[in-house]
Amino acid sequence: MMEDVATSDTASWFQATARQRLAGLLDANSFTEFLGPSERVQSPHLHLFDVPSAFDDGVVVGRGKLDGKDVLVAAQEGQFMGGTFAEVSGAKLVGLVRAARDHRNLPQTVLLLMDSGGVRLQEGNAGELAVAELMRAIVQARCAGVTVIALVGGRAGAFGGAGLTTATCARVAVSEQGRIAVSGPEVIETNKGVEEFDASDKALVWSTDGGKNRRLLGGADAFAEDSMEGFRAAAKALMANVPPFDLKTMQGEHERLATRQTRFGACDDAVSMWRVLGIREPEAIRDMDSKDFTGLANSIKETNHDAR
Amino acid sequence: MQTLRFRHTARRRLSGRKDKAIIGVVASGDLEVLLERVLPEAACEVDIATPLRGYDETWKAVVAEFVERSSPGGLRISINDGGARPDTVYLRLMQGASLMEAV
Repeated sequence: MMEDVATSDTASWFQATARQRLAGLLDANSFTEFLGPSERVQSPHLHLFDVPSAFDDGVVVGRGKLDGKDVLVAAQEGQFMGGTFAEVSGAKLVGLVRAARDHRNLPQTVLLLMDSGGVRLQEGNAGELAVAELMRAIVQARCAGVTVIALVGGRAGAFGGAGLTTATCARVAVSEQGRIAVSGPEVIETNKGVEEFDASDKALVWSTDGGKNRRLLGGADAFAEDSMEGFRAAAKALMANVPPFDLKTMQGEHERLATRQTRFGACDDAVSMWRVLGIREPEAIRDMDSKDFTGLANSIKETNHDAR
Repeated sequence: MQTLRFRHTARRRLSGRKDKAIIGVVASGDLEVLLERVLPEAACEVDIATPLRGYDETWKAVVAEFVERSSPGGLRISINDGGARPDTVYLRLMQGASLMEAV
């Protein structure tokens, strides 16, 4: 019973564990796990630091069905070591994407349920390598015709290597609570000073890194309500419409980023960027509910494009 | 890390058909419990890995109470602890047993 409540349609994605998200996202009883917890493929390093391991090293990989369509899935557990990339957790992600790239008989859609602060500090080199290998594998898989979609709405957001990985995907869905960035607010403040980014100003941080801004700037292609059904609907919609991964798409992406720099270069916060986008009351966006916000985001031309 | 192992003889085999289940997450104040139906009828083994030393007696008491309450015969239970309080440990064990009892 308790499991049912945590994975029901209206259950919060943000609050859920990686396993609960998979149960809520996929068709009932369709999930088969690869390298499950019983295999005990754990981190070989954490015990050296007197830090507890997890039986799945914080990443759940496998296959299942979404609305009857076969998919490969990977879910990061943000509550374990911040969902970090490390030797084992990274290898599971890389292996899954490479398998999709190399085996036509496997599902040719990969859903990555991102929830990660980036690389695990205790396994820094392995984690950095894993991020690089994962991004390369995603690009190769996309070249081979595989659709790779990131879903971001977990507690740890998608920072560092997880932010980079997210940006490498063909499509991205994000909820209001989902944050996507590379350097976290504290890191930026430490390196560039409080004038650059005040990490204690939560409104500033959320309006910059949060899902609404990412959607409005085109960093995400769909805005999901913070629920199992919200992400299910977003993933289904994104799977139905994936642009080809070719030179034209890449050139479109470069053009979009160059235009973004020109248009928003003088802005010093998210609200001023939203004003440049032509949104009449940018201050109201913060309190806007998902339905109104989705309508607004879908109506802005610059936000919606095939380039990624 | 400290590892602990407790062996018990339960009153009977835990009902249900599930052969394995996992509950909880290794987060601060929480733990993960992996349950596998791999032992003979009444046998029960609990393996614990915890970063906190010196709580052997507390673990022993919580596990004994759980075995008494739910009679988890046939289960090997493995725990990765993230510094959970005894009440959380007990709750996760009971949740795990109820998952295994599913038909």
